[in-house]
Amino acid sequence: MSSNDVTHHAPDDHAHHDHDEHGPAPGLMRWVTTTNHKDIGTLYLWFSLIMFFIGGAMALVIRAELFQPGIQIVDPMFFNSMTTLHAIVMIFGVVMPAFVGLANWMIPMMIGAPDMALPRLNNWSFWIMPFAFLIMLSTLFMDSGGPAGGWTLYPPLVLQMGDSFAFVIFAIHFMGISSVMGSINIVATIFNMRPPGMTFMKMPMFVWTWLITAYLLIATIPVFAGAVTMLLTDRYFGTSFFSAAGGGDPVMFQHIFWFFGHPEVYILILPAFGIVSSIIPTFARKELFGYDSMVYATASIAFLSFIVWAHHMFTTGMPLAGELFFMFSTMMISVPTGVKVFNWVATMWRGAMTFETPMLFAIGFVIMFTVGGLSGLMLAITPADIQYHDTYFVVAHFHYVLVPGAIYSLMAATYYWLPKWTGNMYDEKLGKMHFWISTIFVNVLFFPMHFVGLAGMPRRIPDYSLQFADWNMIATIGAFGFGFSQLMFVYIIVKCVRGGEKATGEVWEGARGLEWTVPSPAPYHTFETAPVIEPSTVTR
Amino acid sequence: MTDLPHDPPRRSHARVAGKMVCLAFAMFGFGYLMVPLYDIICDITGLNGKTGRLSIAEAQATQTEIVAEDRKVIVEFVASINQGGSWIFKPMEKTMTVTPGKMYHASYYAENLSDNAVVAQATPSVTPFAAAKYFNKTECFCFTRQAFEPKGSKDMPLTFIIDPDLPINVDRVTLSYTFFRSPNQS
Ligand code: HEM
Ligand SMILES: [Cu+2]
Repeated sequence: MSSNDVTHHAPDDHAHHDHDEHGPAPGLMRWVTTTNHKDIGTLYLWFSLIMFFIGGAMALVIRAELFQPGIQIVDPMFFNSMTTLHAIVMIFGVVMPAFVGLANWMIPMMIGAPDMALPRLNNWSFWIMPFAFLIMLSTLFMDSGGPAGGWTLYPPLVLQMGDSFAFVIFAIHFMGISSVMGSINIVATIFNMRPPGMTFMKMPMFVWTWLITAYLLIATIPVFAGAVTMLLTDRYFGTSFFSAAGGGDPVMFQHIFWFFGHPEVYILILPAFGIVSSIIPTFARKELFGYDSMVYATASIAFLSFIVWAHHMFTTGMPLAGELFFMFSTMMISVPTGVKVFNWVATMWRGAMTFETPMLFAIGFVIMFTVGGLSGLMLAITPADIQYHDTYFVVAHFHYVLVPGAIYSLMAATYYWLPKWTGNMYDEKLGKMHFWISTIFVNVLFFPMHFVGLAGMPRRIPDYSLQFADWNMIATIGAFGFGFSQLMFVYIIVKCVRGGEKATGEVWEGARGLEWTVPSPAPYHTFETAPVIEPSTVTR
Repeated sequence: MTDLPHDPPRRSHARVAGKMVCLAFAMFGFGYLMVPLYDIICDITGLNGKTGRLSIAEAQATQTEIVAEDRKVIVEFVASINQGGSWIFKPMEKTMTVTPGKMYHASYYAENLSDNAVVAQATPSVTPFAAAKYFNKTECFCFTRQAFEPKGSKDMPLTFIIDPDLPINVDRVTLSYTFFRSPNQS
């Protein structure tokens, strides 16, 4: 199949621009009032890039303190707010908004829709976010300081913080409302806005993974909202959901939290699976291997993610039957995950591969995400987890799946679609340099954490015993290297936005899918007339 | 609304969005539903060391069907204080050797060392967890909150009966109480 046999009216063939409101409104108000899916996508993406540097700066504070044993730079309370806020910013402020931004930009163009189904709601979903984070980060400047009990917000510890606690909960509620609204919009778009001929099984994997992610979000964010509301009422309104003194139980919080928390980690990775499933076929110049099995694997991962939550709680003294159940169900997730990895490898197998920056990041994703998956399997072994729990081994695990996993997928996506967004090619040489420097440093940063973790170094502690000193020093060097090399990423993006070699509509030789049938940069409005989609049209 | 010549949506956006909003609210409710579910599951399975509770009549019924006259189980009593309040809290006897199916009395002593009147609540936990649902109490100071005068003290009774069906491999049961100062006091 070649990608060029798209029977589709190129939009400029018949673009009857008979009304003038087609371009963006002039001035800054354009961004405040916009309901255009591309504008909103852009807003989300810039927001998450900014938050990436805020969260990254926090990570560097953490790593600077851990450069040597002893307490040198920050006091322990502040250190703990840094670990807490770093996680909250990276999860809710970087990875999730970036995926939503990509969904906004790409889903309508991928399915051939003119916009999102609910454009006004879309504007609200975005604009709630900066305010939620303003509130969250402002707690750092309040007398009682930022949240310092960990992003998991376990009571009774989290209830012992000062009154900025109320602001933290409030901010979380707003982030939750924003993501649920965004997800509702995505579900409505995918269900209602597909033109005739765009069947579910013709949708690109990115659209599929987002559809399933949106369901996960709608089903779990409200549970989290409930849990934090219980914390709030325990603290201020005399309920005792989690207070043993009033007949409650703090362990129950962990159940409710992880019922949300585990699906949440898949929310952070399913869209990444979709991105990689779009990029690898392009640069292998082959159709995605096993598309149907990819769809079913994604659905089974989503289903299974609801029945494994207590693998975060192996040390709470669960009965044997519970530990066995959660151990086996957790291990079961690696089966559909393995299917995906094998399909990506099979897509590359005997493909005519080239290694442009997006492909490098995608291949980096496949390899390093798998490293994180393997340490996840080790953690799933209950008796082993009793040793590993709350050590740096867990930190190594989730950073491998999240940084060279989710974050790499975001970088891959940026390089892949940037020419479509801006109309200019990015600087390929710098892009490749960015990849290689990042990849070296990310491993210097996170690989040693496996060693200190296995040796017993606890997480969320500003000081450690001497035997962990060498590896921590190396990790800190990796952290600063990785952190500063991300300035290259910004430089490359800004340079590309400002100009560069003009991109063609198709951009990549092996590109597939409807987004490549519109010119680059994508016009402000695309697919105002539904594309004609024949059974033979390549849409994925 | 613009008059885009795109196909009109085959289904109404409001319908899909409405369903999703309902799902979101239902899941919010489900979060709260997990609270009673949690207690029910703990009760049924005896997980989390939640002990059984019997009325006197039920306990006497159990007592007549003693089957394990020659079986001995050691019960250990443990006391701990939450967040180092100013209390003395301790069991009057540290261990008892009991026969399953018979009723026993034990007691804990608590003294308020502060100059304020306080209300306290004790929460029990039994290990091993497998024994929890066989450990039945007919009377316990943990069933209600306990009020203390400034510098006040009291002996707090506890009546229990171990079900003769207690798994045969359990020969030692630890009953532990944690003493909490109750919230919402001025
Ligand atoms: C093969 C798949 C996976 C398995 C078997 C697995 C297993 C586990 C287990 C057992 C833990 C708990 C460790 C402990 O606290 O003792 C854990 C923690 C964690 N996992 Fe995974 N995991 C997998 C994939 C992922 C993915 C894809 C992500 C996210 C993209 C992820 C993110 C996390 C995070 C964030 C934590 C730590 C949460 C915390 O305590 O703060 N995992 N994983
Ligand atoms: Cu998990």
